[in-house]
Amino acid sequence: MTSTLLRLGTLIVLCVTLISCGTGVTPTASPPPASGQPSAVPVATSAAAAVTSAPATSAPVSDAKVTVRWWHINTIEAEAKVFQDLANDYMAANPNVTIDITVLENEAFKTRLTTAMQSGDPPDLFQSWGGGVLWQFADAKLVRNIAPELNGAWKDSFSTKAALELFGKDGEYYGAPWRWGAVGIFYNKELFAKAGLDPAAPPKTWDEFLSAVKALKAAGITPIALGEKEKWPGHFWWVYLAIRAGGEQAFLAAYDRSGTFNDAPFVEAGTRLKELIDLEPFQDGYLGLGYADQAALMGNGEAAMELMGQWAPPNQASNSTSGEGLGENLSWFPFPALPDGAGNPTDVLGGGDGFAVGINAPDATVDFLRYLTSLDVQKLLVEKKMAIPPVIKGAADQIADPVMQQIVAARDGATYSQLYYDQFLPPAVGEAVNDAVEQLFVGVATPEEVSAQIEDAASSELR
Amino acid sequence: MSSFTSGQLASAKVAAARQRRIKRTKTLTILAFLLPGFILLAVFMLYPVGASTYYSLFKWNGLGPRETFVGLENYQRVLSHNVFLGALKHSLLLVVLSLLIQLPMALGLALLLVRSKIRGKRFLRAIFFIPYVFSEVITAILWLYVYHPSNGLANVMLGSVGIDGMAWLANRTTVLPAIFIVLTWKFFGFHMLLYMAAIQNVPRDLEDAARVNGADEFAVLRYVTLPMMGSTIRLSVFLSILGSLQQFIIVWLLTEGGPVSSSELVVTYLMKFGITRMALGYGSTVAVLMFLLTLVFSIGYQRTIMRQDYLD
Repeated sequence: MTSTLLRLGTLIVLCVTLISCGTGVTPTASPPPASGQPSAVPVATSAAAAVTSAPATSAPVSDAKVTVRWWHINTIEAEAKVFQDLANDYMAANPNVTIDITVLENEAFKTRLTTAMQSGDPPDLFQSWGGGVLWQFADAKLVRNIAPELNGAWKDSFSTKAALELFGKDGEYYGAPWRWGAVGIFYNKELFAKAGLDPAAPPKTWDEFLSAVKALKAAGITPIALGEKEKWPGHFWWVYLAIRAGGEQAFLAAYDRSGTFNDAPFVEAGTRLKELIDLEPFQDGYLGLGYADQAALMGNGEAAMELMGQWAPPNQASNSTSGEGLGENLSWFPFPALPDGAGNPTDVLGGGDGFAVGINAPDATVDFLRYLTSLDVQKLLVEKKMAIPPVIKGAADQIADPVMQQIVAARDGATYSQLYYDQFLPPAVGEAVNDAVEQLFVGVATPEEVSAQIEDAASSELR
Repeated sequence: MSSFTSGQLASAKVAAARQRRIKRTKTLTILAFLLPGFILLAVFMLYPVGASTYYSLFKWNGLGPRETFVGLENYQRVLSHNVFLGALKHSLLLVVLSLLIQLPMALGLALLLVRSKIRGKRFLRAIFFIPYVFSEVITAILWLYVYHPSNGLANVMLGSVGIDGMAWLANRTTVLPAIFIVLTWKFFGFHMLLYMAAIQNVPRDLEDAARVNGADEFAVLRYVTLPMMGSTIRLSVFLSILGSLQQFIIVWLLTEGGPVSSSELVVTYLMKFGITRMALGYGSTVAVLMFLLTLVFSIGYQRTIMRQDYLD
């Protein structure tokens, strides 16, 4: 019976953990905040944090020992090493600064960051995509305004102003991007040729694209790889079609509530996506597979296309059996146009990676961020195939890879650049998009119902 | 009373006072020993439950002050949300399946391993128990490989006997059974071990006496062995029901509750609609409902079915 008791004990511990999981992510037992005061602002953990609002200085001023807690999501071993090396270099140059790196997988990072934010203890420097999620942190006073340090030469050095703007609002900035790209269709030239398609002339319109899918399918090739279990890979399709059908106007109208997600362009996005889904272009069991499976299918040459952001090639390589990916066989084309849509064919859905600065971050954090976005480091990151595409003027010249050159060209030539919905919109709306679009893939909701579900979440969350 | 002298009265008073003092010291000692446990309970159990109940009355994203008091609206929304009701149904289905399939199977194997004369019992016992030793994360990742639609073990094996495989976790009708198989694989060894221990405590003499009196093997099992194992069976049923209601890790890693919430359980629902969507007030509501469900079940079960086990 001892073992039974032991199990019972374990069970009780599990119960407690479970209950505290549901509830424990709240600010710790601090006294209730006076009304009007942000409750989540925690006690300053280091001396440097107390001078947050002090005038900016360009370099860490004091020699006091400070620790910068840095969370990034570059789990690919070589990339994590580059970041570690950069941190080491910085620490060597600034002996009073210790940079404590935590590398987290994307989904794990999101969960852990949410928990850290809710307990009012954000890391000093952390992965951010900018947009609505970051602004929400800013509203709750959980991120630090770095505008005093940023304004001037540092800000002018960015080539992608649109990207930088997503890291701030109302004249404040809470972080900066270090790479920014565009979502588009990666394709396998060899498989295109096998299906009788011209690898040098990829489809330009949605109808041409659907014909290409049919040709690939007829040749016994899986046209598209998709990891719909995680939902975000699939929502790109719907969002891009909405961008093509409605352009910037439709989205901004739905966002500022002068329009809705029930408007014609969003329903058309669903209808067009349904056309694609009805061709059954995805690999078997794609509803139960994740992004890693999607990348593996592409990297192994088992599927012809995927709709993905600029991070796809290294992920294809690292998930492929050979570890090499497609190499020369990989190419890229912009998302096909809807000729009668209001959107411009050059509009892009995109995003990238940046780092945001936590409210308690010591000044050295901002200085380190400046170092990370300096031209030299950007050039190094381009050379290491990490900051692709880079965000600082003069760094993009070094890109040799033709695929990335295409992506940079699309990004810089964009008339309208839409950040990923799930980053731009509040989490509840972003998740509603993901959930609703998944239902379209499974075939349990019509395009109208998909729009209605998204509108339902938007109407209660957006104002 | 009049026969008492004043001296006797005084000494009786003293004695009574002494007894009161002893009693008080005893009470204090008991309280002192209870205190550490109570503090732990209060900090990690009572406070979170209380705080959660309080948060559940707000529309709150977990950041900043709680400003929007909505009363019981969250409860109304949760209880009328078809995804939550579906999640509840799936959780209860897992409970029923565990009781009808997993536990009888564990009992059968336990009887086989203790009472039969087959060879290699120790080896089999170890094999059956191994899955329980794995962490739930390892279990889930292992089964992701087994269920992989194109090169997973399940489909490869089916293929080798000429049956077309299928995407087990991507199909809305097969996903719950597929998950149940994983849960059974993971947990039956634990219940089997409990039952084995219980069977070993059933006196052989009793079974032999029944046989001598003309009982066949089934009657021995039905009227002697099983009743003697009663307290263990009641406990294992209790643990199994609680475990099924609280299942999260394996389901989250296998399907994240999908496709389209067809494998959503109460806890994955809490995770998705409370944490991921940053709706802490709403999530707290789900947590409170879940707490009430398990609390009512636990107390009810202990008071009625397990009551006899506490008498001695």
